[in-house]
Amino acid sequence: MLLNQYLFLAAILFAIGVYGALARKNGVMVLMSIELILNAVNINLIAFAAYWGAKTAGTPAECAPNVECAATAGPVFALFIIAVAAAEVGVGLAIVLMLYRNKRDINIDDMDLMKG
Amino acid sequence: MTLENIAFGIIALLMIVSALRVVTTKNVVHSALWLIGVLAGAAALYILLASEFVGITQVLVYIGAIVVLFLFGIMLTKAELGRSDDLDNNPIQRIVGAAVAFGLGGLMIVVLAQSQFKDDRLDLVHNNTVQLGQTTPQVSDSIFSTYLIPFEAASVLLLAALIGSIVLARRD
Repeated sequence: MLLNQYLFLAAILFAIGVYGALARKNGVMVLMSIELILNAVNINLIAFAAYWGAKTAGTPAECAPNVECAATAGPVFALFIIAVAAAEVGVGLAIVLMLYRNKRDINIDDMDLMKG
Repeated sequence: MTLENIAFGIIALLMIVSALRVVTTKNVVHSALWLIGVLAGAAALYILLASEFVGITQVLVYIGAIVVLFLFGIMLTKAELGRSDDLDNNPIQRIVGAAVAFGLGGLMIVVLAQSQFKDDRLDLVHNNTVQLGQTTPQVSDSIFSTYLIPFEAASVLLLAALIGSIVLARRD
């Protein structure tokens, strides 16, 4: 199994997410596309963690500074990204609800209050 | 053709089809439900890569909480529950978006195809180097030692997001 398989899959999912974020105009669906992007990044992190874990198998588990800690850094950063994604969705949906309450619509193209 | 490759192929196909349906379907609720396919596929890949803790967290947080939050968001914004033609931008913007996404994805694939990792293999099961249940203790050790300060920062971030969401969504 090649490492690149995972990286290609993540690149494809990232591109699909970018397309969704650009092509949709419903605010909730743009947030869903951003979730796709964050997931693609997580797949990369876990794939590299497994790669380094397989490569450095046999070295002591405890991480001295500057030794390859990447086998645990990958999962830890993936967990942080999941936490940040949860926070982002919470605040994002609160903003979308606020927009809906004020304008009765969540069409992102209509949100041009900042336009001069 | 190892068993890992077959599992990867099935999961990757499921994820790509689901992701395409998320961004092209005309029904908001279906989009949220197809998103479950992508997230579950990602969880399966994490388990395939012997990171079972992240896989289970993915199921709990994404499928259990975030998708439900999306469904609540759809309900509270009173989106049309059936087919709706008003979800996409106009065709010109969609073509530009597709071109940007295609260019970005193509660029990443071309770069990855010539990177220094291009021939590196990841035969976890074959080499018997990393096994399920082996990484979780290491990950928990490093969260509570090396990454203790980022971990605390993440909890403060979640608290700030909680308060921010309440302040934004409160009706006053």
